[in-house]
Amino acid sequence: MNWFLGHLAQVGGLLITHAILAVIPLVIGLVLAIPLGWLAHRFGWLRTPLVAGTGLLYTIPSLALFILMPLVLGTGILDPLNVVIALSVYTVALLVRTVVDGLGSVPDDVAQAATAMGLGGVRRFFTVELPLAVPVIAAGLRVAAVSNVSIVSVAALLGIAQLGSLFTDGFARDFLDPIVVGIVACMVLALVLDVGILIGSRLLTPWQRTRGAA
Amino acid sequence: MMKKKVAIGAVAVAALVLSACSSGNPLSSGSPNPGASGGAQSITVGSANFPENELLAQIYAGALTAKGITVTTKLNIASRETYVPALKNGEIDLIPEYTGAFAKYLNPDADISTTDAAVAALKAGLPATLTALEPAAAQDKDSITVTRATATQYNLKTIDDLVPVAKDLVLGGPPEWKNRSYGVPGLKKDYGLIFKDFKALDTAGPLTVQALKNGQVQAANLFTTDPAIKANDFVSLTDTKSFFGSQNVIPVLTAAKATPEVTAALNAVSAKLDTDTLATLVTKVVVDKQDASAVAADWLKANGLS
Amino acid sequence: MSFLWEWLVNPAHWQGSDGIWVRLAEHLGYAAITLVLAAAIGIPLGLWIGHTGKGRLVVVNLANGVRSVPTLGLLFVAVLVLGPVLGGDIAFLAPAIFVLVVLAVPPILAGAYAGIESVDPSARDAARGMGMNSWQVLWRVEVPCALPLIFSGLRSAALQVIATATLAASVSLGGLGRFLIDGQAYRDYGQMAGGAVLVAALAMAVDLVFAVVQRIAVSPGLAPVRTSRRSTRTRPVPNPA
Repeated sequence: MNWFLGHLAQVGGLLITHAILAVIPLVIGLVLAIPLGWLAHRFGWLRTPLVAGTGLLYTIPSLALFILMPLVLGTGILDPLNVVIALSVYTVALLVRTVVDGLGSVPDDVAQAATAMGLGGVRRFFTVELPLAVPVIAAGLRVAAVSNVSIVSVAALLGIAQLGSLFTDGFARDFLDPIVVGIVACMVLALVLDVGILIGSRLLTPWQRTRGAA
Repeated sequence: MMKKKVAIGAVAVAALVLSACSSGNPLSSGSPNPGASGGAQSITVGSANFPENELLAQIYAGALTAKGITVTTKLNIASRETYVPALKNGEIDLIPEYTGAFAKYLNPDADISTTDAAVAALKAGLPATLTALEPAAAQDKDSITVTRATATQYNLKTIDDLVPVAKDLVLGGPPEWKNRSYGVPGLKKDYGLIFKDFKALDTAGPLTVQALKNGQVQAANLFTTDPAIKANDFVSLTDTKSFFGSQNVIPVLTAAKATPEVTAALNAVSAKLDTDTLATLVTKVVVDKQDASAVAADWLKANGLS
Repeated sequence: MSFLWEWLVNPAHWQGSDGIWVRLAEHLGYAAITLVLAAAIGIPLGLWIGHTGKGRLVVVNLANGVRSVPTLGLLFVAVLVLGPVLGGDIAFLAPAIFVLVVLAVPPILAGAYAGIESVDPSARDAARGMGMNSWQVLWRVEVPCALPLIFSGLRSAALQVIATATLAASVSLGGLGRFLIDGQAYRDYGQMAGGAVLVAALAMAVDLVFAVVQRIAVSPGLAPVRTSRRSTRTRPVPNPA
């Protein structure tokens, strides 16, 4: 605790970097996963290759992905962009499946009713199907957020400063305080993101509240 | 419709933040004004992944900041095999190095038996874009270290004494030792040492100390400045063939950044830094758990370097 | 990417005590020990929660909290705290397995209780009506019906454990992570990429084995029938909810 109080500024700075490195990929991943998920949902034959293919990306160990990114992107070894892109890959891997499930959770009759009301494909998707899929997509996004926060810390093994640097520093000096502070800060960050997504999801789906727990 | 706007907005935000990220990164700054003296100079200081090297990086950073230079730190960048490429491509500009080890990295056949030889070999091996300044008197050598019990059991005093018994012993060291000329292959070549096995641990950190203590390895690489050697009554074997050679601390930096001001500031640090001082400072960081930045600042102040 | 291919096809890289076969076996060993321990904790607990409905909130929240613990940090704490106490060869192994078990329990637990909860209440009532006691309802009706989701939890845990077991190498253990850590230490891209491909391949192979076992173990009556698009909803995303 004393260590934490004496290093507030340092921990705060690392926390902010950590949050940025975890959140940007979340946004990129979501933006990419929605069209991919739509494709898989719309064209049945694409479902298996897309869902299985992106799911496969998740089995690549994060350490390897971070290190190999410069070869693929032509970035520098210490560029935080490596971490951002690698985590975007993981986020897409997690979310494509969720988006497909979310769109699949939209009742057929609702989709048909929307068509009957004269909504075309694109409008129907953005005004009916996507909003109704929000709760399921948000659930997936929460998993991805929590997972991203944990994975970002691995980048400390490569010298990219964030909360994980407290782990490597503490470990090298056989010193638990910074490690424990880092873990708690990571958990707090994960919790904040989790609650934030939950609140965002509730705000986007006002009808859920009146209907009670669905 | 609203959803669409939200999605587009999200892309825009992501793109903005990303571009902010990459421009905040000194990567692209390469060497904007080589030779330009004075003005707002900026330097990125890197370090390897062990506390002493981070401490030295903090000392360099503090000494440069005191001269009005804008300093960024990128610490704990794995091993030499990782940070040297980063130094070459301009992601970092300055790193604390060790004469012998770095000379061997640049040229496996380098003669590092004396400080002068090691410095000469190092300078000969450096690419034109990099430069090395004055070495400090401070040395931090790698060593082959064993427990007191092992030393007694096999009657070990020097590394030569290990040769007949090495076949029964496991050596521990940082992962890069397995293939480095300055590691397992070199020990075999120079000393004829062939261990039963090599176990990849950490860079002379707590894993190495623990593995040595609980017998997972019988001999291991520890740094001679490491307070754990004294604390655990370990024995560092004498390096009769000068395999680990001279390991004076030396600043290595991008040639374009070596302005007279920077050179003077770093050479002033080297002039004050001897082995005992370094060992004392490392003890403060590793044993007393003080911050490397604070220890560095105190020392700079006490020596009139800040 | 030719360096990847060159590294993988070099027979010298496959043999010896630090060859690919040995590392694969070590990796599989860590994963197997972890999954057995995690299943021994997660499945009974999940079944109990699903069956009785007790402690659901506490355990679910606890599991979600555990999920947010960064693995690398926990590993370092475990090694620093447990290592000196244990000593010997398990000084680093036990902490690593502990951390992997912590990682694997939440998805297994979630699969188990979600599986029991998803059992059609009418099936449960019918079983009771036939005179089964609580224990019989659990074993003869609920568990068989919950198997698809229990397997789903196990498979999700297996994938995570296999990918994460690579971190064990950062505390000197073996397994495929050795290729990543060592490859990084001497900047051998072929070795790193090769290690990554092997981890992904191992994960897929293990998932395939689970899929086959699942097909054999799960009653054909429960085979995934896609009656409507809504049915996909029942797949348990191991999520904090």
